[in-house]
Amino acid sequence: MRDPVCGMTVGEGSLRVEGHPDLGFCSEHCRSAFLADPDRYLGESDGEGHGSHHGHGDSEDDEEDDVGPGVAGRRDIIHLSVEGMSCASCVATIERALSATPGVVAARVNFANEEATVEVDGAPVEALVAAVEGAGYQARPVSDDTEDADAEEEARNRLYRTLLKKFWFAAIISLPVIYFSYPEIFPGIPPKGSTALNLIWAGMAVATLPVLAWSGSQFFTGAWSAFKHRTANMHTLISIGITAAWLYSTVALLFPSLFPEERLRDVFFDVTAVVTALVVLGSAMELRARAKTSEALKKLIGMQPKTARVVRDGVEVDVPVEDVVVGDIVVVRPGEKIPVDGIIVSGASTVDESMVTGESIPVEKVEGDPVIGATINRTGTFRFEATRVGKETMLSQIIKMVRDAQGSKAPIQRTVDKVASYFVPAVLIVAVLTFMAWYTVGPDPALLYAVITMVTVLVIACPCALGLATPTSLMVGIGKGAEAGILIKSGDALETAHRITTVVLDKTGTVTEGRPSLTDIVTFGSFDEDRLLALAASAERGSEHPLGEAIVEGAKARNLELAEPDDFEAVPGHGIAASVDGHRVVLGNLKFMADEGIAAGEAEPVLARLSDEGKTAMVVGVDGELAGVVAVADTIKSDSVAAIRRMHELGLEVVMLTGDNARTAQAIADQVGIDRVRAEVLPGDKAAEVKALQAEGKVVAMVGDGINDAPALAQADVGLAMGTGTDVAMESGDITLVKGSLTGVVTAIELSKATMRNIYQNLVGAFAYNTLGIPIAAGVLYPFFGLLLSPLIAGAAMAFSSVTVVSNANRLRRWRPSFSQEVA
Amino acid sequence: MDVIIVNLVGVALIALIVWYFWLSSNEGTAATVTAGGVQETRVVVHGGYSPDTIRVRAGQKVRLLFTRQDADPCSEKVVFDDFGVSADLPTGVEVPVEFVPDRPGEYEFACQMGMLRGKVIVE
Repeated sequence: MRDPVCGMTVGEGSLRVEGHPDLGFCSEHCRSAFLADPDRYLGESDGEGHGSHHGHGDSEDDEEDDVGPGVAGRRDIIHLSVEGMSCASCVATIERALSATPGVVAARVNFANEEATVEVDGAPVEALVAAVEGAGYQARPVSDDTEDADAEEEARNRLYRTLLKKFWFAAIISLPVIYFSYPEIFPGIPPKGSTALNLIWAGMAVATLPVLAWSGSQFFTGAWSAFKHRTANMHTLISIGITAAWLYSTVALLFPSLFPEERLRDVFFDVTAVVTALVVLGSAMELRARAKTSEALKKLIGMQPKTARVVRDGVEVDVPVEDVVVGDIVVVRPGEKIPVDGIIVSGASTVDESMVTGESIPVEKVEGDPVIGATINRTGTFRFEATRVGKETMLSQIIKMVRDAQGSKAPIQRTVDKVASYFVPAVLIVAVLTFMAWYTVGPDPALLYAVITMVTVLVIACPCALGLATPTSLMVGIGKGAEAGILIKSGDALETAHRITTVVLDKTGTVTEGRPSLTDIVTFGSFDEDRLLALAASAERGSEHPLGEAIVEGAKARNLELAEPDDFEAVPGHGIAASVDGHRVVLGNLKFMADEGIAAGEAEPVLARLSDEGKTAMVVGVDGELAGVVAVADTIKSDSVAAIRRMHELGLEVVMLTGDNARTAQAIADQVGIDRVRAEVLPGDKAAEVKALQAEGKVVAMVGDGINDAPALAQADVGLAMGTGTDVAMESGDITLVKGSLTGVVTAIELSKATMRNIYQNLVGAFAYNTLGIPIAAGVLYPFFGLLLSPLIAGAAMAFSSVTVVSNANRLRRWRPSFSQEVA
Repeated sequence: MDVIIVNLVGVALIALIVWYFWLSSNEGTAATVTAGGVQETRVVVHGGYSPDTIRVRAGQKVRLLFTRQDADPCSEKVVFDDFGVSADLPTGVEVPVEFVPDRPGEYEFACQMGMLRGKVIVE
């Protein structure tokens, strides 16, 4: 029998629906998909399951490739995001509209993620959008991250090559221009005022024109479009500067009569050529450096698998990963990338999840374990059922989160933005004032000095350094976090995290594993540990209590042979009793032993000690004799102690919140070195505890599991949600730790400190550069030291200041957390 | 005499700069409402945002369709800080940015470095 939804072969015992005795379903998912729209699948139940049309019939229209963008000349899959669907019947309407479009082979609409998947044979995207809109909905092609990133990369490379060509052109023209600009310095140049030199200078005027028009073209177009928008930017400053230098020189050359003084008849064609060359080179270098700042995101996008091997009609077929649907059975062999998120249904393996969690040690996976898309299967072959595909996969969500975070602003940038919005017009005003000042009170030749200093002011000011300072560091920092399994939601979170004074930890699942395990075995009389444990565990096999399970797990860990208990009996509030291999085994508290007539006085001090250690201890009696004591406890995560020690080194106060009684809580706190314990806190009161700490003036980071602790996470200045496996509650925290370990908290705080330090360095550098550079360029040092900056040096300084800022941000790429889990 | 003229011209120029870049404002373009009830406007990014002032009504979803036409890396991202949304703008690709403005007011949007600026006026 075949599942009509996914096409899988299913047995007699499969899920059924009423009215269709001939149909079976592989999973509840397929069954509900069928129930939602039976007509859709009934025609296909003879073997054509969803997606089974893939690979059938190659196109005959391959030669129609040149019909233009958006038109596929071969069978192609187009994804559209559809809006306006209010009910499941909309699905059918849209599918009909799409199917009726010429050139469409098949159309599927997913109501849940509002996406249409259309197999086309020549139908252009525009026609599909029109069809959906004609049906009364809105559609838009879903852009492909990888393709967009590739196109963007290509555009950047093109721009880079063009800039380099522009630079070389300007640089080559610059050499003779510099030489002939200084007849006082360089030999073999006709004297100033001679016709020969004037002719050479006229040649320079002509030669520097293409430098302006071509090498510097982006300055003019950039300045013009900014001007139209009533803004001004670096292009404005540079274009005015280099044009002013060229115009003055050309006018002095062509109309010397306008300048009565001989000394005024000087030329600055070198300023035009050299400043253009340097700033263009600077732009090219900045472009290169900036591309690196988003490398982490590119790496994530590049990790997305391209194909998946799924079982369709009982046959393994390779399909594009976009065509995998929830419920598909996917086959993964050793060395292959896991295409989407899912749960293993058969087989076992070890999986390298470092790319998502930052944890470098491969993880063992068996049936029932979740697997994450884009992680790499190492050793075994297994099959899993796809549970999250497309935009829902963990990787897609991480990419989205990183992208959003990189697009957010750190609070400090808002201040910088305010300054930046006034900066360029302010520089223009300073340039005018400089001109006025030199013209009015400057030494002779005043006009010459006025022009030179004005040009220098325009050329030295670097709004780019200011603008780049914060976002570039933020991009690198957030990208760096993603590599280490730390997902920072926004610039806000990143900035606040570096001011944290107090870390609040939820005990269960954060400091500890969150589930009990066997910790102690104490024996009395002739029993040895293994014998005692085997009997206790065998008796507990009948129990469904987590404490009992912990004992059974503990016995299994020691490879003990367990027997099947008879006459299992649970006495609430006391313990359990069962018969194992003919022995009567009882487990419970002292009262229970007394009821059973077992003298257990010897066990009392042991129980007191274990209880002080925060453990749950049970007395074991065998055949009316005291046999021993077993204890279970929620164990501390292996790296909690080291992580908390590091928090102390960072000067942080560590507070633990727990619903446990004070004694148990204190026992755990002592073991891991926690400063303050708040015990017996009800889950609903955690947010209030955080608020109380904030009232003490602390900047509080709350670390929790993201689900139960959501209100406390929201109340805290920074909420860190700890994830485990695929169940990452990304929405609830400001920072999500993909790997459920406290070391991630340390790494997040360290990263935030490192990033903020980097941002401050950039800002201080950029502000200092501009606030010192502009006055010096204006000539404030001239009255005191006779010092005046050459516009050539100003151009060089400007060109490299923004490169310096971006390079400093890139330095952050080499940052390593003190708990290094990552390999890259 | 020429000193006076130069200084007068200089002062006039400063006044012009202050007025042109800081004091003048424009009316803005009102967004059109689509069949689906979304307030939509196409914005071209080319050294600036055109239009750079967009008027919308509060409480209704806004969709701005950005198409970046220049290759200047400055314009590769657009950030709506107040609404917590941002988008990467690959050259030549129409990218939607959506948000719902709850309260009337003026909300700025800008490139990541704050060099290109625009604003949404919510009425």
